[in-house]
Amino acid sequence: MDLSWMAWTKETATFFILIFITLVIMTIWAVKKPEMPRVGILRIETTRGDRLFLSLLGSAFICIAWLGFFGAPIYGGLVVCFFYALAVFRWV
Amino acid sequence: MNKTVNQKAWFLVLPVFLLVAFSAVIPLMTVINYSVQDTFGNNVFSWVGLDWFEEIIHSQRMHESLGRQAMLTTIILLIEVPFGIFIALNMPKKGFWASFCLVVIALPLLIPWNVVGTIWQIFGRKDIGLLGHTLASMGIEYNYAQDVLSAWITIVVMDVWHWTSLIVLLCYAGLQSIPDAYYQAAKIDQASRWSVFRYIELPKMSGVLLIAILLRFMDSFMIYSEPFVLTGGGPGNSTTFLSIDLVNMALGQFDLGPASAYSLMYFLVVLLVSWVFFTVMTSIDKKGAV
Repeated sequence: MDLSWMAWTKETATFFILIFITLVIMTIWAVKKPEMPRVGILRIETTRGDRLFLSLLGSAFICIAWLGFFGAPIYGGLVVCFFYALAVFRWV
Repeated sequence: MNKTVNQKAWFLVLPVFLLVAFSAVIPLMTVINYSVQDTFGNNVFSWVGLDWFEEIIHSQRMHESLGRQAMLTTIILLIEVPFGIFIALNMPKKGFWASFCLVVIALPLLIPWNVVGTIWQIFGRKDIGLLGHTLASMGIEYNYAQDVLSAWITIVVMDVWHWTSLIVLLCYAGLQSIPDAYYQAAKIDQASRWSVFRYIELPKMSGVLLIAILLRFMDSFMIYSEPFVLTGGGPGNSTTFLSIDLVNMALGQFDLGPASAYSLMYFLVVLLVSWVFFTVMTSIDKKGAV
């Protein structure tokens, strides 16, 4: 199958593989240890999937904001994203 | 009660999953791939990292389009929502005229976007259009092709004409679901018309109204065909909204890299707003169910 039209790069492929692995891990986690939705600081019911979604979406905005204020590289932004995701999983 | 666990039903989701994969996920992955590369065509790409994102964040052009888009969406929502509620409140509740009004009001919704643009383009022309000709004969300066204000007014009125019906229909459905007993109780309490609206009709409509606002927000935020056919983004850049600007960049200039970065940021904003609306809607539903 020729996928050259999709203009793959090593970096983007790694990015997608990581997201795919995260989804697989989350699925296995959900099967092994089913969970109930809980209400966190946002006062809304969230499941682990919701928290993953919020982490990813928020991280995208954090990276864009980092690019806007400090420019590339965005390693600093990624560190912020990591702590943001931890906070989302802990408190939201 | 013992629940049987049978996860085979998940396979029924497979066709939809495949459909979404091909229509949304794979194109989105391609756009992400494009956004970190530069190309001069011929399927030859070179890596540029996050340069395009940085360029687009600081680009005057994107800021201006975003500003215009935000202004259009705000104006449209501010007009269509109260106007739609007003019409829904004043529609006949039953009988021949109720059906008649519903059909007439639903008509604009059946017309495709580009046809709506064409209708209004002709309607506003000074030589053959009814609106343009009438305004010209009254001595009012109106030219949507050259005057910024005329172009904006035409686009806003066109959208109101096309989409207020959606809000009317949704609110009407919400109003119809209110039992008569509520109104009778209000009458006994001698509630004013405003109180009936504020404490009975509005709370009962809030669910459908939120859906209406979400739909109108998304549609107007992604508006393309109507202004493109009517003004083509002009005069100058005055009606170049986000999607028109994006298509100009991607297909007009063939700047696939910057256009991909642009569209990803556009997508993130739409995704965030949709999530907020969806969360608010589902939490209201849950509160209603308690």
